[in-house]
Amino acid sequence: MTMRTRLSLIIIACLFACAGIVSATPEEDKKAFQKFYMQKFPGIALEDFANGVYSIDQDAREQWEAMNDFPPYEDDLEIGEELFNTPFSNGKNYASCFENGGINIRQNYPRFDTERNTVITLELAINECRTSNGEDPLPYKKGDLARISAYMASTSEGSLINIIIPNKGDGLTAYQAGKQYYYSKRGQLNFSCSNCHIQNVGRKARSETLSPSLGHPTHFPVYRMKWASLGTMHRRFDICNKQVGAQPLAAQSDAYKNLEYFLTYMSNGLPVNGPASRK
Amino acid sequence: MDISRRKFLNLLTIGSTACFALMTPLTAWAAWASDAFNATKPEDAYKNLFGSTELIESDQVKLKVPKIAENGGAVPVSVKTSMKNVDSINIFVKDNPQPLTASFKIPSGTIPDISTRIRLAQTSTVTAVIKADGKLFSKSQEVKVTIGGCGG
Amino acid sequence: MKVKAKFKNDITSVRVLAKHPMETGRRVNKETGEKIPAKYIQELTCEYDGKVVFVAQFGTSVSQNPYLAFAFEGGKKGESIQLRWNDNTGDIEKTDATIK
Repeated sequence: MTMRTRLSLIIIACLFACAGIVSATPEEDKKAFQKFYMQKFPGIALEDFANGVYSIDQDAREQWEAMNDFPPYEDDLEIGEELFNTPFSNGKNYASCFENGGINIRQNYPRFDTERNTVITLELAINECRTSNGEDPLPYKKGDLARISAYMASTSEGSLINIIIPNKGDGLTAYQAGKQYYYSKRGQLNFSCSNCHIQNVGRKARSETLSPSLGHPTHFPVYRMKWASLGTMHRRFDICNKQVGAQPLAAQSDAYKNLEYFLTYMSNGLPVNGPASRK
Repeated sequence: MDISRRKFLNLLTIGSTACFALMTPLTAWAAWASDAFNATKPEDAYKNLFGSTELIESDQVKLKVPKIAENGGAVPVSVKTSMKNVDSINIFVKDNPQPLTASFKIPSGTIPDISTRIRLAQTSTVTAVIKADGKLFSKSQEVKVTIGGCGG
Repeated sequence: MKVKAKFKNDITSVRVLAKHPMETGRRVNKETGEKIPAKYIQELTCEYDGKVVFVAQFGTSVSQNPYLAFAFEGGKKGESIQLRWNDNTGDIEKTDATIK
């Protein structure tokens, strides 16, 4: 690790460690976060981090580009669009639950609902739309919900992520909780998210190159070749937890929602490019 | 359906030509090279496919294949050349149960530049063999296949 | 089969994604303990204007849902190419695609 990287890490660590005492604002956090990666990987444009590990591994990138000649999620996307446009039994549809009819809104999620005082992710909003219209909720991690979310994400392609922390309510608290989760060690391996995705980013964990957290939220739901299917962000959080020997949490639990809120804020300014395929 | 006699006769002619075409071998290469595909060793595959094991290593065979496969079940591979009179482009994976992976016939007028995705059972050497002007030109590259670590 | 055919600079470039399990015959059904029988595309051909422009012969080492990219001289926007594959069990699929 270079002196400069070490210095950046110390600065970030201090900023985050002292969050309660020294008031580093989310905006300052984000700037430091993005600056760390831009310095660590010079020559990579900010928006290219949306391509995850493929922005930093050329050999893998060429294989990924070859696979995307016929994107593996194409069929799922078509189904997602059809599902999105199919009305519920009561005649209403998904468009009626969302601003702008649900089109080109992914970049605003997760958002903090000041009335209910909780983080609302896109997947949660989709299911709430279903239940408020008399339909059964769908499982959160894969399947039709992921397809609908993928379709909605695709309508936002290129739009810049724009997560807002409102002045009223506990938005800031939710953000801080997400940030804390990200930097806390857990599991048998006693790893935090930051251990892999900040401190060891670009290095290998066994045979896998560790990807930057910057840009992670842009391409969800993700089609993982390993899953041979689409999965939501909370599906991935579960696997991360299992990999460090930690207990996975329920999808759409407060901890995961807050983590998603924090992570997506850190990627403010990057373009939405979901769904995308990954290894 | 109202159809003129001439049209009907035309259709009949086209139809029967098509049927006849389907019944006869499509080209001189029609038969699926079962002996070559079933060979378990590269040398036997070469012998069964080409009648020879004399491969000339050549930089004119442009083989593109990754160094580390993202997914052993779908490894993108491209082979191309600027040589003339290419008869076929063939791909072998040394340590696969069936080393002969694919054989592409290049009729005249077709560009000798193909891409496909192949399976590698394990880390192995991928060899592209181009048959041109009666000779066999080859290029090989090792591809590492992993099962995946923490990102898996 | 999904097919994309494009004509540019006197050359028609074709990309194909065939839907096929390409079963190698070596996988074992976990429940019955028996080998899943081999089922794989053996030959895929492309014709244009009555002429065979490409023949691909496959073994079991080709990926599931085989992908192919190739190109031939000639072709014309609006005209069609005919693709056909047959597998070792006698199944056949034919698709026509328009050159764009």
